[in-house]
Amino acid sequence: MSPRAAWRLESLGFTKVFHYVAGKADWSASGLPLEGRLASLPTAGGVARRGVLTCRLTDRVGEVRERMATVGDSACVVLNDEGIVMGRLRQKDLNADAEATAESVMESGPTTVRPDLPLADIVERMQRRGVGSVLVTTPDGRLSGILYRRHAEARLTEMENEGAPEEK
Amino acid sequence: MVAKIDRDEVQRLLREGAQLVEVLPPAEYEQEHLPGALNIPLKQLDRETTAQLQRDRPVIVYCSDYQ
Repeated sequence: MSPRAAWRLESLGFTKVFHYVAGKADWSASGLPLEGRLASLPTAGGVARRGVLTCRLTDRVGEVRERMATVGDSACVVLNDEGIVMGRLRQKDLNADAEATAESVMESGPTTVRPDLPLADIVERMQRRGVGSVLVTTPDGRLSGILYRRHAEARLTEMENEGAPEEK
Repeated sequence: MVAKIDRDEVQRLLREGAQLVEVLPPAEYEQEHLPGALNIPLKQLDRETTAQLQRDRPVIVYCSDYQ
């Protein structure tokens, strides 16, 4: 639709026409603000915790263990050199040999969700599967944050108490 | 000539005064749209509806995604 609109504008004499190919879905998924009737409803990205501990594929388990203990995190997200989410390390993965690489012990290809997904939908899915947290990534696979179910449930409860609409 | 751009370029152009146009139907625009975007649905794009746009400033059009 928008390519045709861009060319239509060009045919109407506009000379500086640009087509934002990825559109509204991309904008929203990147956590950027929107306006409109549904823009105030919570999304996964809006409630996700930022500043998640990360490491590289080649980092040693011993180093990661120390960093996790220092910051008090229970998980570490493994990124490649491009910053793309490759895996996830939990406490139980860190019982391995201190010289082992993160890549060798990580949970590979963890489930992720897009930042623009409605929070209520994600929580329902997490409850059904008994999941306590899920990684939030942009459409190109970069880490946006981590969504804890308890935080998400608390946010939805707050909304119910405020009388806000639940559906997106 | 129409140039395809990504999100970073959209933000850069907006800082320089570009105009945003969502070409989806009004119902979808009213639900959610990019900050400051105007709504001119594709079927209504003509000389009259685009008269509100300034021709000397860049115009960025978008819809939901790769449509």
